[in-house]
Amino acid sequence: MTYRSSRFLPFPPPFESAEQEDHCQYSEGRRPMAPKDRKPHVSRNPDLIRGVGKYSRSKMYHKRGLWAIKAKNGGAFPKHEKKAVAAAPAEKPPKFYPADDVKKPLVNKRKARPTKLRASITPGTVLIILAGRFKGKRVVFLKQLTSGLLLVTGPFKINGVPLRRVNQAYVIATSTKVDISGVNVEKFDDKYFGKKVEKKKKKGEGEFFEAEKEEKNTLPQDKKDDQKTVDAALIASIEAVPDLKSYLGARFSLKAGMKPHELVF
Amino acid sequence: MPFKRYVEVGRIALVNYGKDYGKLVVIVDVIDQNRALVDAPDMVRGQMNFKRLTLTDIKIDIKRVPNKKTLIAALEAADVKNKWESSSWGRKLIVQKKRASLNDFDRFKIMLAKIKKAGVVRQELAKLKKETTC
Repeated sequence: MTYRSSRFLPFPPPFESAEQEDHCQYSEGRRPMAPKDRKPHVSRNPDLIRGVGKYSRSKMYHKRGLWAIKAKNGGAFPKHEKKAVAAAPAEKPPKFYPADDVKKPLVNKRKARPTKLRASITPGTVLIILAGRFKGKRVVFLKQLTSGLLLVTGPFKINGVPLRRVNQAYVIATSTKVDISGVNVEKFDDKYFGKKVEKKKKKGEGEFFEAEKEEKNTLPQDKKDDQKTVDAALIASIEAVPDLKSYLGARFSLKAGMKPHELVF
Repeated sequence: MPFKRYVEVGRIALVNYGKDYGKLVVIVDVIDQNRALVDAPDMVRGQMNFKRLTLTDIKIDIKRVPNKKTLIAALEAADVKNKWESSSWGRKLIVQKKRASLNDFDRFKIMLAKIKKAGVVRQELAKLKKETTC
């Protein structure tokens, strides 16, 4: 096969013999590309402006080398036979047709993810809680749980806020950060904070019932110990910064002249 | 009361409105009754209405429309930056900027410092009071 000019070939010419292939110093670049190697091809027809290419249809025909592919295939474009489609197994007509057409719900491919965490909230950030019984308290952020809620601690000894979950929407993130490297928060998750499921007790005598109720009110000792271990490392790093301890112990409030939209937190 | 700050080539002015709010600029030429050609080391030379400028006391020695290099050299020679920052007006602006950029923790620390200072002052006052009455 001769070609008009090897310059215009869209693909490198094939080797005439196996020896040639071995001896050719460029043979490495000429191996047939595996499907994974192929780089996505950039258009050969640059845009003059959007919607208008530089080259006409006939020029593009020449550029793509369709003439060479045809020539290689003896004047016609190479055709592949379609793969034989396996005959689908014969479907039986259904036994039952419902009376009314039931609408199928639309497909929903969304995945449940924890709420997107604000960029200003990183582990160790001091947060100001805005609602609930701890409103105004400044508190240390530990991590975000899988439900999206933020795990937070006072520390308990400093301001009375225990290990607690808080919603990101009810929180102002300050730019003050506490060193949280000595704290291990792996074991805390949403299940730790869930309500304890009690086994159903049969309705007993009056005294029996009251005795049960009293037991429930106190916090289990292991939770108290968890609080202590988390806080121990935290308090050490908090006391390293002057005034930070009293800062965390004080509540935040808006005073006269403070404009929240102009305040930098 | 005669005027003391005149619009002239070389007058330093503070921009009080617009994109360049708060910048110090040099009046480099007067275009007409309302506009001046204005230049600063970190901005492209352009026109500004006088209403957007507040004149300062500082003036530098330049010819009409100098090139950027000459302008910067003249500003350095006259030490405009230090003159401005040591003037009471300049100091006030610096304090305003600092106050606006304070952190919540910074505000807390300032509150503690104010209380401490007030305590010390009150102690001294009490001492002085004791001396005069007794």
